[in-house]
Parts: sequence; structure tokens; C-alpha cells
Amino acid sequence: MLTIKNLHVNVGDKPILKGINLQINPGEIHAIMGPNGSGKSTLAHILSGKSGYTVTAGSVAYNNKDLIDMAPEIRAREGVFLAFQYPVEIPGVSNIYLLKAALNAIRKHQGLSEVDAMDFLTLVKGKVRLLEMDEKFLYRAVNEGFSGGEKKRNEILQMAILEPRLCILDETDSGLDIDALKIVSEGVNSLRSPDRSFVMVTHYQRLLDYIKPDFVHVLANGQIVKSGGPELALELEEKGYSWLESDQVAA
Amino acid sequence: MSTFSASRYTTEYQAIAATLPGQALVWLKELRADALEKFSAHGFPSPREEEWRYTNVSVIEKKLFATVSRETPLPKLQVVDAEWLKSFQLEDTWSVVLIDGHFSAEFSDLDGLPETVSVMGMADALTKQPELLETYLGRAVNNTEHGFIAFNTAWFTDGLFVHVPAKQVLEKPIQVLHIVTQSDVMAITRNVIIIDDMAEARIIESFAGVGDNNYLTAAVTEVFVGRNADHSLYKMQSESEKAYHFGGIYIKQAQDARFTHHNFAFGGLLARSDIHVDLDQASECELNGLYLGVNRQHIDNHTRIYHLKPHASSREIYKGVLGDRARGVFQGRVIVAEDAQKTDSQMNNRNLLLSNEAEADTKPQLEIYADDVKCGHGVTVGQLDEKSIFYLQSRCIDEETARNMLTFAFANEMVDKIKIKSLHDKVLEQVLVRFPQEGVEKSWL
Repeated sequence: MLTIKNLHVNVGDKPILKGINLQINPGEIHAIMGPNGSGKSTLAHILSGKSGYTVTAGSVAYNNKDLIDMAPEIRAREGVFLAFQYPVEIPGVSNIYLLKAALNAIRKHQGLSEVDAMDFLTLVKGKVRLLEMDEKFLYRAVNEGFSGGEKKRNEILQMAILEPRLCILDETDSGLDIDALKIVSEGVNSLRSPDRSFVMVTHYQRLLDYIKPDFVHVLANGQIVKSGGPELALELEEKGYSWLESDQVAA
Repeated sequence: MSTFSASRYTTEYQAIAATLPGQALVWLKELRADALEKFSAHGFPSPREEEWRYTNVSVIEKKLFATVSRETPLPKLQVVDAEWLKSFQLEDTWSVVLIDGHFSAEFSDLDGLPETVSVMGMADALTKQPELLETYLGRAVNNTEHGFIAFNTAWFTDGLFVHVPAKQVLEKPIQVLHIVTQSDVMAITRNVIIIDDMAEARIIESFAGVGDNNYLTAAVTEVFVGRNADHSLYKMQSESEKAYHFGGIYIKQAQDARFTHHNFAFGGLLARSDIHVDLDQASECELNGLYLGVNRQHIDNHTRIYHLKPHASSREIYKGVLGDRARGVFQGRVIVAEDAQKTDSQMNNRNLLLSNEAEADTKPQLEIYADDVKCGHGVTVGQLDEKSIFYLQSRCIDEETARNMLTFAFANEMVDKIKIKSLHDKVLEQVLVRFPQEGVEKSWL
């Protein structure tokens, strides 16, 4: 589904990612962990198409297409979804309108007709219940005045409705209390399927107690310094990141 | 400089003076004579005056517009067909129509108005309610004199008169439609709105012109909101694109009175609004404004909230969207008198510039003479937020659509404050007409 080869990314003149290699197959959940400043968020951003980054070498193929060449909205329509670390408030645009506009953009991209109004409402209301949100949120401006937890839940709601193929969760657990974390995790788990993949970028191991990854990768100084199964996350919790960073320095 | 031009208007005045309404009223003749003298001496406001520093109206002096006399049958009246009028008229309102500065009985509709409520043209009111007008006319503009007010007082040909007696609650809004049908003319109207104690009323002032006529509207509206009364006043300014517009609204709120003003300033080549409120004890006012400028429009909004007594509150938010080479001006003054302790005031002005050549001049001013008050103000001038654009893109929306969506959302926040459904829809239509980008959908808003 996603093949990242020798990816080098700069911000300005400063190299942030220094040769990332990663293969993500359909249905897999990959956790990208690492200390602050390791390049985790840059990886999430470069996959979603945020501006301000320069790819200096390497490639990213998504379903055999060059992802880096696609505009952010095309990536989104092709099924790449970024759940933001800091979801943006959009005063004046209602949640429900954005959901409908986004869903219809995807459908149009797929050559389908616009979603039927009643079907749409049924779909949305079902997902709202799944995430234990108040229906009133639908009619409020996107993220405006939402608490941190509400914003994160809203991201997962969008994800649940748009049904992307590749979900990138950027620090979804930060700022969530344990109850909110459980709800968000259940939302994510309900979306697991053999043809949907997840990349979870996280600083904390806690999220992985609730969303079980197939692979864990440790990012440090712009490179993946260690990969393993879920047990690697536990090891990181125990030992911290420093042993890996020093490993790399030694190497 | 300006006195020379002003004198041209003054010379013209002699020819029309006898045709102006209220000839039989000595107090009004004195008021007009006094105003004429002031106008002759000072002319229209000049940018040398602090309150007019961003707006130069000398073009109006150069132009010499003429009033339309009531006696002449309106020659262009045929253009005011009912269909055209309907594009501005709101359903389910009592309607007063002023054409070229004169009340039109033919197009007005006041059926079912409660008997105790007076709604009529100003010329009629000067005949039927002279005592009331002697008390009120000119009282709200006392402290805010400038050339346009003097000009209006001397020249006004008609206007709107509304008197809602105590405790009367008006179920339907009243819409007054100021229509100008010709080029080179001016429509000078004086409007007096009296909402007595505990009464409630909603009034909509709409301004519109035919085609791309070049004309001048100068309307002065004096509003008196009685004790514990509730009044919402809306202004929908969609003058023709070559028109000059001055609209001054001067409000006196009695104790515990509540007043909300919504100012939608969309039309005209050069348009200026004054909204000046005097607040008595524990009264509340809310001023909302949205100005949209395209091409070379110049739209100036001057607000002044005067907290005279304790415990009053004011909330003000003005938003501007400026494209092309348009220029928007916001001057907001909040004055808190020494006696006005416990004042609670918030003022906000936000401007969105859509082009590099658009300009926003904003000047919030707080003058506080009391020591126990809560006052705040904020101003922003900027472009669309790139983070918001990326967020929408990541939700499948293309960049251009995202920009349009955010622009409309910015404006729509003010449109959504309109509590009268039919007006809300009309204003929305006007917003959409003024930003005709491809792909703009009503459902966004």
C-alpha cells in the first residue's frame, strides 16, 4: 500500500528525515515512535502533503503512485487521511457541511454520484454514536470551541465517515484523558480491516495498549533505528529512548 | 476650499426651500435655518477632521446633486416595477417605500398595523405628529454634528417616522426601503424612530438604487429606545455601484433598554455609516457589522458607543472582506464617562484582505474616564490562514474552493446573526452576488 524508499526531507536547509525505508501492507498497523525532534511529525506531514518540506532524495509510492507529486486534496480523495495533532478551528463552516463536502469530493473522484441526503445523515449519526459524541457537534463550526479531547474525537469521526485506505494518526493520544483515549481507540479499532492500514505517530506507548500495532518502528535523528513487534513498545516504555539514540551514535 | 462648493448647494437651496415639508412649523424652520448656516460655513466633512480622516467626500461637493421635488411626478417611476422592488422587499413585514427621497403610498404596505402604532412618511408625520417630532427631531444628533448632519437637517425631503407606544410589541418587522431611481439626484431623508418604554420592535433599513446610476443618498436616522424597551435595527446597504451613500444612525438608549444594530455595508462607490449610541444606566447594546468591498469601493464605518451611566454593556464586532482595490475603514470609539462605573465593553474589528491592492484602515479607540470597568478591544487585518486551507485540503477540498469557503465562512458569521429569516436569506444572496467565484455554493453558508 505504501512504500517509502530512502526518503530524505529538508525543512529549509535543515535535513529532518535522513533516509527512511518503510513498507506498509494492506491491513497493517505501524506505530512510529521516537523522542521529540526525531522527525515523527515531519513524516506524518510529508505523507499528507503539507507545504514547507522539500524531498531531497528517495520516493513514496502509494498504491504504486507517486504520492509526493499529488496535491493534498488528491491524496485525501485517493484515501490518505491525516488525523491532526492539532486540529484546526474553522469558524463559519459547519462540521456536517465539511463532512458532506469531503465525502462528495471522494465520491466524485471515484466516479460516483453525490451521497443521498438521508443516507448521509444515517451514516453520520451512526458514527457519532460510535464515538459517543453529541449530535449537536455536527452543526457547530469545525472544531471551534471544542476541547482537546473533542477535537481528537472529531478527527476520528471524519475518518470513520470518509473511510480512508491509509490512516495517519499524528499524536492522537496526546492531550487525551483515559476515557477519551478509550473512546478514540475503540473508534480506530472499529475501522480496522484487511484493506485499511494505519500509521500511528506517537510519543507515548499508552496508545498502543488500546490499539495494538503489528509493527513498531523507532525514529531517531531522522532515521528508523529499530523495528520490531509490539514488544518493542514495551521495551521502550521500560528503557526510554536514550539507549537507541546512543546506539545510533555508536553506529 | 469646501465653502465654495458648499455655496453651490446653498444657492440651489433657495430654489427648493419652500417645497420642503414642515413649512408651517416654526421650530423646524429655525432648525433648518440653523443647519443651513452651519453647512454654508463648513460644507461637507473634510479629511482634516479626525473622524473623517480616511474618507474624502469632496467628489460630492464637486458633483452638485439635485433633490427630486415631490410635486414633479416621478418620471422614472416605471422602472420601479413591482417585480424589481420585490428583489429587495421582504416577505411578512410592514413595508414603507421611499422613492427618490419621498414616501410612496402606492408601494408601501402597512395593513394590519396596530392602531396605536404610527408608521408613516416624515412629511406626513410633520403634519400629524408635530409635537412629538418637535421633542425628538434633532435630539439624538446633538453631540455628533458634522456637515452631513447639518446638510440632512436643512435639505431632508421626507423619511420614515415610527412611534411604538409603551408596552406595544410589534409582531412583524417594519422594512423601510430607500430607493433611488435616477442619476444625478440626491435622496435626503430624515428618519425618527421612537420605541417607548417596554415596547419591542424590529426595523430594517434597506438602501438600493437602479442600475449603475450615480446619485447621493444621505439618510439620518434618530432612534430613541425607551426604558426597558427592546429594539433591533438592521441596515442593508446595497446602493448601486456608482452611488455615494451617507447613512447616520444616532441612538439614545434609556435605562435598561436593549438595542442591537446589524450593519451590512455592501454597495456604493463611496459609502459611510455612522452608528453612534448613547447608553443610559444598565442598558445593553450590540453592534454588528459586515462590509464587503470589491473593485474600487470605499466603505467607511464609524461607530461610537458612549457609556454615560453605570452598569451598561456594549458588544461590537465588525468584519470586513476587501478584494481588488477596495478600501475598508473602521473607526470605533468607546467612551466611558466618569460616572459609568461597571461598564462592560468589548469591541472587535477583523479584516480579511483578498488582494495585495486592497486596504483596511482600522482605528479602535477607548477613552475611559471611570476606574472600575471592563473594556477590551481587538483588531486584525490579514489574509486567509494557510493552516486552515491545508486542513480543508486534507479533507479533500481543493485549494481554490477552500479559499472561497473560508472567505464566505468569515463573512457568514455576521450574516448568521440575523434573526429575521427572510432578511437573512436576502443578505446571503447579496453576499453571494458580490463574490461570484466559480463553485461557490449556498450550502456552505
